[in-house]
Amino acid sequence: MKKIEAIIKPFKLEEVKDALSELGIEGMTVTEVKGFGRQKGHTEIYRGSEYTVDFLPKIKLEIVVADGAVEGAVGAIVKTAKTGKIGDGKVFILPVESAIRIRTDETGDKAV
Amino acid sequence: MKNKTTSVLRLLAAVASLAILGAVTSTLHAEDAPAAPAPTPVAFADAPLKAQTAYLQAALTNGDPTATNIAPVAIAGHTAWLMVSAALVLLMTLPGLALFYGGLVRSKNVLSILAMCLGITGLVTIIWWAVGYSLVFGTNFASPFIGGTEFFFLKGIDSAPNTSYAYWIPQNVFCIFQLTFAIITPALIFGATAERLKFTALMAFVGLWMFVVYFPLAHMVWGATGFMNGVWNADAKIPAIDFAGGTVVHMSSGWSALILCLILGKRIGHGKEPMPPHSLVLTMIGTGLLWVGWYGFNAGSALAADSVAANAFLTTTIATAIAAFVWPLLEFILKGKPSVLGMCSGAVAGLVVITPACGFVNTTGAVIIGVLAGVIPYFAVTVVKNIFKYDDALDTFGIHGVGGTIGALLTGVLANPAVNSNLVSDAYAAKNGLKAAIESHTLIIAQAKAAGITIALAVIGTLVITFIVKLVIGLRPSVEAEHQGLDITDHGEEGYNH
Repeated sequence: MKKIEAIIKPFKLEEVKDALSELGIEGMTVTEVKGFGRQKGHTEIYRGSEYTVDFLPKIKLEIVVADGAVEGAVGAIVKTAKTGKIGDGKVFILPVESAIRIRTDETGDKAV
Repeated sequence: MKNKTTSVLRLLAAVASLAILGAVTSTLHAEDAPAAPAPTPVAFADAPLKAQTAYLQAALTNGDPTATNIAPVAIAGHTAWLMVSAALVLLMTLPGLALFYGGLVRSKNVLSILAMCLGITGLVTIIWWAVGYSLVFGTNFASPFIGGTEFFFLKGIDSAPNTSYAYWIPQNVFCIFQLTFAIITPALIFGATAERLKFTALMAFVGLWMFVVYFPLAHMVWGATGFMNGVWNADAKIPAIDFAGGTVVHMSSGWSALILCLILGKRIGHGKEPMPPHSLVLTMIGTGLLWVGWYGFNAGSALAADSVAANAFLTTTIATAIAAFVWPLLEFILKGKPSVLGMCSGAVAGLVVITPACGFVNTTGAVIIGVLAGVIPYFAVTVVKNIFKYDDALDTFGIHGVGGTIGALLTGVLANPAVNSNLVSDAYAAKNGLKAAIESHTLIIAQAKAAGITIALAVIGTLVITFIVKLVIGLRPSVEAEHQGLDITDHGEEGYNH
């Protein structure tokens, strides 16, 4: 089992979600987050005051999948979230020790 | 920096002392003109047909009916417009200014702005009822600097016109209309001090400021015996003109705001951490309400639904729209992006600068005023403020102080008797020198004197009041309270509960 964490541009969320659904991935957790990488922030000017806004809005998408599904899911995310411009985001893959479905007490791959 | 501030203050104090000296000297020479014996007025029905016709003509055109010997009464059209105007001017404060300023602060302080606007409305109305109206528009002190006692507690204020000010509208409507000006003026000040002045200190400041600055100034400019009421006081020592309140409202609040924010000091974290407006949407709504309400302020200041009001309506629109266009145009040229806040700021600056001029200038004058209103306050808030580094949080001084001052001066250059014949009236302007100043194109001298007196009064008055309030109540909340936001610490509530 692996957890896939993807930081993506907010407007790409729908496309990524649809691509993952097509692969049969049935659930995901999405959080609105702020951050920056190489894209950096932007400048806002209010009358004479200029502020650099370092943190840009992004979406963090988290899914946990069986080992065999990792390659397909990551491929789908990278393909659909790509614009080719700086700021497209990153994907992290982490090992997961266990998973439990609360309703049925199922564990392991059956629970994700 | 501190030395610079001190020397600026010293210079202002010197200017002020000179102005006061001048004012005192000229009162010594003030002589009361003997009142002409007034014939007993007759009832309309008993007057000869010719007098009746002349009277009706005067009523329709906001003319002077004195020669007909029939006492003027409130006329439907003029009264209706003034009632609407009074409501429009109140709309400028509630909720126009409240939203304009409220959107510009951080969300933790939005209620402190709304409370300021509502609190001032209540407090000033009480003072106005008790003594304020009388101190501005009364005359029994026969003083160029302050009104009288005859209207204390609004005694005798009813639907009969007070012909010293307007022949054809009821005095009670006139009183409410003027009250709404007295409400918005102090409210403007607290844009400069936003996010760091205790509510109790604010209310105490207003209570004193009305007596020390507003009432004397409003009487000097608009009172029947006023020191610089060039249009309506034949004995005015300075024949200056101010149609709707460039000196009384905008200069007084703007210059007071500068002094108060200098003494108060900067917000914690100013210049180090970002303090962006929490909702420019609210600010835009407030701007729209201010603009619409300002028609009552400017066109209503004709005190009638007449040709001068119509002209003021037009010039207000033109100057404001141009300034609202020029300000963001400058941003586009200099910074690359035209901002909504820039459009809003330009609109308000246009409204401020046209205020003293709207009933005196033609559309060409309004265009000139609109362009300068978009340019000069823009540099005041983007360049001058950053050089001197004072924390005029919402730019009360940059827009109202600077805008009001250039408005007062431009009015002296652009006033045109073809627009408003009161500028050359035989009854007043010919006697106090206004007509001569208009004809010799030297009105700007009187305007500069009036502006100087206004600055002196606002600066000195605010200095004195601020130190009294600081001593008795203290000005600033605790550091912790300022961090938490005034909404919770001063009012025990939050603007947004998600």
